[in-house]
Amino acid sequence: MAKIGIIGYGSCIPRNRIKVEEIAKVWGADAESFKRGLLLEEKSVPSPDQDTITMAVEASRRAVLRAGIDPAKIGALYVGSESHPYAVKPSGTVLAEALGATPECHTADLEFACKAGTEAMYICSQLVKAGSVPYALAVGADTSQGAPGDALEYSAAAGAAAFVFGSEEDKIVAELVDTYAFMTDTPDFWRREHMHYPRHGGRFTGEPAFFKHVCGAARGMMAKTKTQPSDFRYVVFHQPNGKFPLRAGQMLGFKKEQILTGWLVNRLGNTYSGASPLGLTAVLDEAQAGDRILVVSFGSGAGSDGFVFQATGRLASVQKLAAGTREQLDNKKRYLDYGTYARYRGKIRMAEK
Amino acid sequence: MQPQKYWREIPARYRLEGGRCKKCRKAFLPSRLVCDACGSREFEKARFTGTGTVHSFTMIHTPPSGYSGPYVLAIVELDGGPKLTMQIADCGADEAKIGDKVRVEFRKLTQVGDAGVLCYGYKAVLV
Repeated sequence: MAKIGIIGYGSCIPRNRIKVEEIAKVWGADAESFKRGLLLEEKSVPSPDQDTITMAVEASRRAVLRAGIDPAKIGALYVGSESHPYAVKPSGTVLAEALGATPECHTADLEFACKAGTEAMYICSQLVKAGSVPYALAVGADTSQGAPGDALEYSAAAGAAAFVFGSEEDKIVAELVDTYAFMTDTPDFWRREHMHYPRHGGRFTGEPAFFKHVCGAARGMMAKTKTQPSDFRYVVFHQPNGKFPLRAGQMLGFKKEQILTGWLVNRLGNTYSGASPLGLTAVLDEAQAGDRILVVSFGSGAGSDGFVFQATGRLASVQKLAAGTREQLDNKKRYLDYGTYARYRGKIRMAEK
Repeated sequence: MQPQKYWREIPARYRLEGGRCKKCRKAFLPSRLVCDACGSREFEKARFTGTGTVHSFTMIHTPPSGYSGPYVLAIVELDGGPKLTMQIADCGADEAKIGDKVRVEFRKLTQVGDAGVLCYGYKAVLV
């Protein structure tokens, strides 16, 4: 069977940050307990003019640049997010128009809590594998919401990752070896229609939700590909906080150094649909030919998608073509106080217009 | 902004697609019917690069309806292209200088009230 895989990738991380101490100070909480318990230091915050669509466009432009393709040949394009700016009107049409992928392009907006981005990757990879389209673009992007004072406020962050899938062997930078999906109906986290902020089941989001599905998908993926943890150079898990992905790795038999390259959450926060995809972009910035990469997402509700990639020799030639993920995470940061953060995130109710 | 007006400006706002005078090569964004330099009516489509230089700028403290200030409004000269008026995003008044290199990013420009259309387009960010 013909090989398929990622031919270009890109990321977008806003410049604004807020520190855990700044949030804790306002709510009279103990910052040290979040730093020690959840391994969180700071998180990204979108500017008022940044949203899922704008970050999707920036990440996708980098992905298309690395892929070196004519965007008009992108036959399908999916944006996974739980913060699509419109309730009704696709994010994908704006993205396609901004890239120059219209009109011969299929698009849909996807939602599955934090795994909508890997849903897009799953669908795109299968469309390319089936030969339905020459190239397909998958985006995971979120400006995630956390209610003021809620534990989620310390982690809910913003970012986007994009991947162009293709089947031309000389263009593939990370071959897709196989995929696996693991899903049950588990009400651990949700947001009802017209509600600003999500609700969650507290500790119920752990064992029966995150760990059951992440470990289930990772074990299923390794069984399907007849691999074991030592076969992988890198592993990327969904990262709602710092602790969960490290613990999942430990439970599955991975070493910390396999996880750390794609573990961005301590200084990025949880970018929801962008979380494991952004982790994968950070790994692709570093990986070398032959490296095997396991990616396991998690979306509340609940389910996990598993992917096994293998880096090719072409990866090195595209890594420096666009801004890297850690480069965006580490440089040109602007620290916000809580008041500015609250204004940027629309947490202050204004007079009706 | 009316959706119809916004929609007409999409090629220029999203992709920096404008026109170049076939006779004197002057660049315009959006394109024009008549070149203001040579009077020619013949244009070719041109897509401009997303990099440029701050030609001049000012700080807007009392923004028009639909915009939230203060913000930096600049005239940016695109590399190999026209001069455009655009905001410099993520930028304080003391951060921008004439001659600074900028990169054009895709940002939200404005939204029509709480229920109207969202308008996207270009803004500059300091490199």
